[in-house]
Amino acid sequence: MPSVLTILIDGLTYASWLFIVALGLTLVFGVLKILNMAHGSFYALGAYAAASFVGWIASMKMEPAFSLVAMLLAAVAVAAILAPLTERGLLRFFYGRDEVLLVLVTYAMFLIMEDVTKLIWGANPYYVSEPYSLFGSVDIGHQTYVGYDFALLALAIVTGLAVWWGLNRTRHGKIVLAVIHSAEVASSMGVNVSRVYMLAFSVGIFLAAIGGAFTAPMISVQPGVSVGVIIVSFAVVIIGGLGSIEGAAIGALIVGLARSLAVHIAPVAELFSIYIVMALVLMFRPEGLFQRIQARKI
Amino acid sequence: MAATITAPAAPRAKAAPSPARIALAGLGFTALLALAGLFMPKWLTFLITMAAAQGLVSLGIVLLMRGGVVSFGQGMVFALGGYAAALAYNRLGFTDALGLTLLGGVTATLVAAPFAPLLARYRGIFFAMLTLALSMVTYGLLMKIEVLGGSDGFNTGRPTLLGQTLSDARVGYVMYVLTLVIATAMALLARVYFDSTRGLVTLAVRENELRVEYLGGSVRQAMTINFILAAFAGGCGGALVVLSLGHIDPNFSYWTTSGEFVFVAILAGSQSVLAVFVASTVLEVVRSFSSAYFPNTWQLALGLFLLLVIRFLPGGIGSLWIKRSKK
Repeated sequence: MPSVLTILIDGLTYASWLFIVALGLTLVFGVLKILNMAHGSFYALGAYAAASFVGWIASMKMEPAFSLVAMLLAAVAVAAILAPLTERGLLRFFYGRDEVLLVLVTYAMFLIMEDVTKLIWGANPYYVSEPYSLFGSVDIGHQTYVGYDFALLALAIVTGLAVWWGLNRTRHGKIVLAVIHSAEVASSMGVNVSRVYMLAFSVGIFLAAIGGAFTAPMISVQPGVSVGVIIVSFAVVIIGGLGSIEGAAIGALIVGLARSLAVHIAPVAELFSIYIVMALVLMFRPEGLFQRIQARKI
Repeated sequence: MAATITAPAAPRAKAAPSPARIALAGLGFTALLALAGLFMPKWLTFLITMAAAQGLVSLGIVLLMRGGVVSFGQGMVFALGGYAAALAYNRLGFTDALGLTLLGGVTATLVAAPFAPLLARYRGIFFAMLTLALSMVTYGLLMKIEVLGGSDGFNTGRPTLLGQTLSDARVGYVMYVLTLVIATAMALLARVYFDSTRGLVTLAVRENELRVEYLGGSVRQAMTINFILAAFAGGCGGALVVLSLGHIDPNFSYWTTSGEFVFVAILAGSQSVLAVFVASTVLEVVRSFSSAYFPNTWQLALGLFLLLVIRFLPGGIGSLWIKRSKK
């Protein structure tokens, strides 16, 4: 029987990266009103890019600490190159269409990106274990925990605070909030809405990619990671309420803990514990925990 | 004079053909296909069988789409129907193809029915995600239940039909005809349902729920019944696929499988029943050819194809031959 602490720390670690990824998903939905099914693919791209970058760092005999920088750069590269390309080159042609149809557009993106990643990186798994030992280990009681897990938790907290601060306390953030409220009014006030869309999408993708890059050391990076991630982060944002930062945090915590409880106590339930929680939440709070109910249009 | 006044009046869409004529056309078409099947190579009859069976699942999605919701978890009923038929075959020794198909449909209906009133409250993305969650729970369960073969699934044998044992040479063709007949029957029923009062209420729900309620229609009831009907169609489709394929595994309930059903529904559009089966065939053809000629990039091809359809054919294939009367 694993200790409560182990379950808690496992859950928190899982919740950390999940929060970062789900934050991106919820941000993109909040601003662009697109539930991005390809979000997991960007996560996978981040992980793959990190694997390649860290590999180069290692082959150039640099300090292992640089691999952290490499992972960050990998995420930046994915977001800076691909996000504007997909938003400007593809998504903008579908704005204003039905929400569910937009889900399908991103589903098509997901299908395409699955094959493209396989074409670039092949079907064999990559292992990026170097950074995992960078933070040493922490002894609590009789158990030893990996320091990297705590670093990830710190990263999640910093990311969450940064996004919250950026949205609520800066000029750019206020503009984004205005666009979320009403793109038309914002546009008539002189806000360049297309640019806001592009930037918000890029930030969202960056969050997915950084989530992927920093979890790459903990998993084997292989085809199929995107699928698992997208379904779980959907559950998170649905539980928390679409478009809400607090919701993403609470949702990630709930999902993380539910999963680690299931893994340690009833491994059989691992695969669907998350969905059961999601279904339960939706039954009692159809719009998620943190979503304000919208007025119905007549 | 009257004639000159009525003549230039709004160009009416061609009056919808009468149900009897549609039924006749459907039966004729099926008979023709069944006859043609005698001269088709085996891979083609198999392809059409799969397309027709899976088209049934997409038909359910189209039914839901007419009410303005899209289910991303139709893989659940597909798997339920499939597992029910396969289990009845292996465990109970019940081998009649027609009976197994109905059993698949009924099982899927029974399992889906308790969820239907619950799901009827949700719209848009929430409906899509909840159905997705349901199908993934099913997937998780199927993966873990050892008796059902876990992640490998299990095989079933050759079905019989109405007491006749089918030889290896004939079973493919018989399943082809049976699938065609069931698909046609369901398609005709769907057409009747679409044009019935409730079918039209469903359309009105998509346009404006509040007005439907004001006019005395029950939105929830309509959505509930649609979901149950869709489950039945999906279950039959699942059973038919298993009977022809001879194998089932949890991937039937995986969300990418559901995604393909939605793909077909979008490709078909929500106006024509025939379009669903055409779209399903198109998907099967694209799938077979791309997995034969570029096996590593067939998802890519599918994705591009889907984007093109959404961009340039927003009404689906059906809109090519059914023009909506302009108001």
